[in-house]
Amino acid sequence: MNPILVADRVTKRYGTNFALNNVSLEIPSNSIYGLLGPNGAGKTTLIRIINQITYPDSGKILFGGEPLLPHHVSMIGYLPEERGLYKSMKVGEQALYLAQLKGLPKAEAKKRLLYWFERLQIGDWWNKKIQELSKGMAQKIQFIVTVLHEPKLLIFDEPFSGFDPINANIIKEEILHLKERGTSIIFSTHRMESVEEICEYIALLHNAEKILDGKLSDIKKEYKNNVFTVGMIAQKGDEILKELSERFQISASSYDPLESQVEFKVKLPSPDTGSFLKHLSSKGTVNSFVETIPSANDIFIKTVQSKSTHE
Amino acid sequence: MSKLGLIIKREYLAKVRNRSFVIMTFLSPILMVGMVVLIAYLTKINDSETRVVGVLNESVFYSTDFGSTESMSFVIFEDVSLEQAKDSVINQNFYGLLYLPEGGTAEEVANSAFLYTKEAPISGVVDRLDGIFRDRLRQQRLLELGVTPAEFASIDTDFQLRTETFEGERNLKGLNELKAFIGGGFGYLIMMFIIIYGGFVMRSVIEEKTSRIIEVIISSVKPFQLMMGKIIGTSLAGLTQFAIWIFSASLLLFAIMSFMGLESQALESAAVMPGPGVSELSAMNPAGSEMQLYANELMRIPWVMLIFFFMVYFVLGYLIYSSIYAAIGAAVDNETDTQQFIFPIILPLMLAIYVGFFSVFGNPHGPIAVGFSLFPLTSPIVMLMRLPGGLGEGGVPIWQLVLSIFLLLVTFIGIVWLAAKIYRVGILMYGKKASYKELFKWLKY
Repeated sequence: MNPILVADRVTKRYGTNFALNNVSLEIPSNSIYGLLGPNGAGKTTLIRIINQITYPDSGKILFGGEPLLPHHVSMIGYLPEERGLYKSMKVGEQALYLAQLKGLPKAEAKKRLLYWFERLQIGDWWNKKIQELSKGMAQKIQFIVTVLHEPKLLIFDEPFSGFDPINANIIKEEILHLKERGTSIIFSTHRMESVEEICEYIALLHNAEKILDGKLSDIKKEYKNNVFTVGMIAQKGDEILKELSERFQISASSYDPLESQVEFKVKLPSPDTGSFLKHLSSKGTVNSFVETIPSANDIFIKTVQSKSTHE
Repeated sequence: MSKLGLIIKREYLAKVRNRSFVIMTFLSPILMVGMVVLIAYLTKINDSETRVVGVLNESVFYSTDFGSTESMSFVIFEDVSLEQAKDSVINQNFYGLLYLPEGGTAEEVANSAFLYTKEAPISGVVDRLDGIFRDRLRQQRLLELGVTPAEFASIDTDFQLRTETFEGERNLKGLNELKAFIGGGFGYLIMMFIIIYGGFVMRSVIEEKTSRIIEVIISSVKPFQLMMGKIIGTSLAGLTQFAIWIFSASLLLFAIMSFMGLESQALESAAVMPGPGVSELSAMNPAGSEMQLYANELMRIPWVMLIFFFMVYFVLGYLIYSSIYAAIGAAVDNETDTQQFIFPIILPLMLAIYVGFFSVFGNPHGPIAVGFSLFPLTSPIVMLMRLPGGLGEGGVPIWQLVLSIFLLLVTFIGIVWLAAKIYRVGILMYGKKASYKELFKWLKY
């Protein structure tokens, strides 16, 4: 499938500092894409470039195969990290205004708003001012405003910061629902674990550079290092652990003599687990054997470390 | 509706619906009229206060000269010592004591006369007393030269030089001032508008920053559109307010005038410009023909031209200044940080007003007046003070007007461009204390 968005060697500096250095990305259509990295890595700058709030010094952005142009803003929905609404403006009026700025005709905007208000059960807020609403309520409005014009690409910058768990869940469900209906979604966050489970693709940014990108499952495959978490029942667990640690890299080991339960992590020299399992079976009963998949966080730290040792 | 139109509409409604705006709009005319009435009333009180001065005259001269007037009366002491006189002046709370010691001649007496007062005397009192001595001495000397009082009275005339231009038009004294006053009124209006509504633009920008909505909006529209929409919307709200004010103020003034039966003259002289010019001048020259001439002159002021250029200078001047205000709003996080930036923009405005009132009034086409009416940051005010004198010959040379507007246009484009750059960067900057150095850096982003 064609990528919805392509960034091609995008560079942006502020004074002498690079905010983005030669970053290239491809964001596949109808996917959930995680833009990950610590604060100051350049995520927000990249997102602002996609939203045409700032412009790259060099490099280009393609949206649906075309060079990014002003009219594309109506096909993008953006929930910035620094978000808010006019405090003294009424909810309905404000949502209509923002939708019209995105190019929706007033009548259509109103129809859709009523649909969303119904869906999120906030119908009676139309004439309330934002300052009368709680923070969680205001964020529901903010979400509706972001998605109202049915953009092809939705960008969420630190989406779940500030949401309480219940609202965060509602929003997450809505986002997945939008994805089912064909929307492409970018999540940008420094809390990598928060989006890991829903992202199909990720890119890692660090110090203005992209250090890794691709399908999350592929990356994990690439980064898994034959580490397995093992649980077994054996009589002389401490002896088994001792023996194993002479031949393999063993970590996080424990032995509970009362239950005869042995737990440990082992790093095998190859993905082939057959002979090792056979060996274990001869010593006791294996009751769990799970491959340890690295988290995005682990991968990030690993990549950054290997980068800095290369340099 | 276009995006710019939407923004203008929102800004306008946000401003007009604001409670303080509504209150200010309806309270201001009442305050204004109240102030005018108060000033008229105070002026009356001020005039009607009679100061009593005790006179201890030990000489034989001046005995008939101390006649009481509305503002001053005299109490003549006789057969008391200076100390006693002083005591009784203090006891009776008189304004002061004039002491004329004995002397051989009127001149001698005058030279050794003294005025004792509690505090330094006001100039009106001193002038009056000076005048009494001066008149008497002059009469005395003329007598010595053989001029009778009757002859003296017939010499004394009230004379005013009449002037004409080479084309044979009659000029009137104070007409330049009058014209400058009318222009000054326009200039003053521009300044007030810039300061008030520029401030509104600035606060509106700050509000968008603090409520964090700014990034949501500029993901839909260009920062420049937002800035211009804000400036235009706010100024339309301002014009609405001005229209309401002018309408309701004149209505109220009319109502009060007919209700209280106050003399329109007294009101006018205290009222807003150009009122004072007119009534003062006509008071000075009550002769009907003179009044007629002034009226004619007023009619001859090229109002259409004036109002046209008022609009031109108003729009350009306001846009220049309010985009600077918008940039300031974008550069700071809250209103308290704006002070260091606001002073430098108010400075040229104040300068223009003062230069206008002090220099343009005296000589509308002198070098200072010309200079400031060309300099773009002051020209909207100063040029409007010069324009009532007419265009072309005898007035503002066409080339100056053209150059002034050209410079203003160039500056307008330059400043709006710069301000938009600062605005664009500033609105996304949080928690950074902006310095001039920082702003300069932003220009290069």
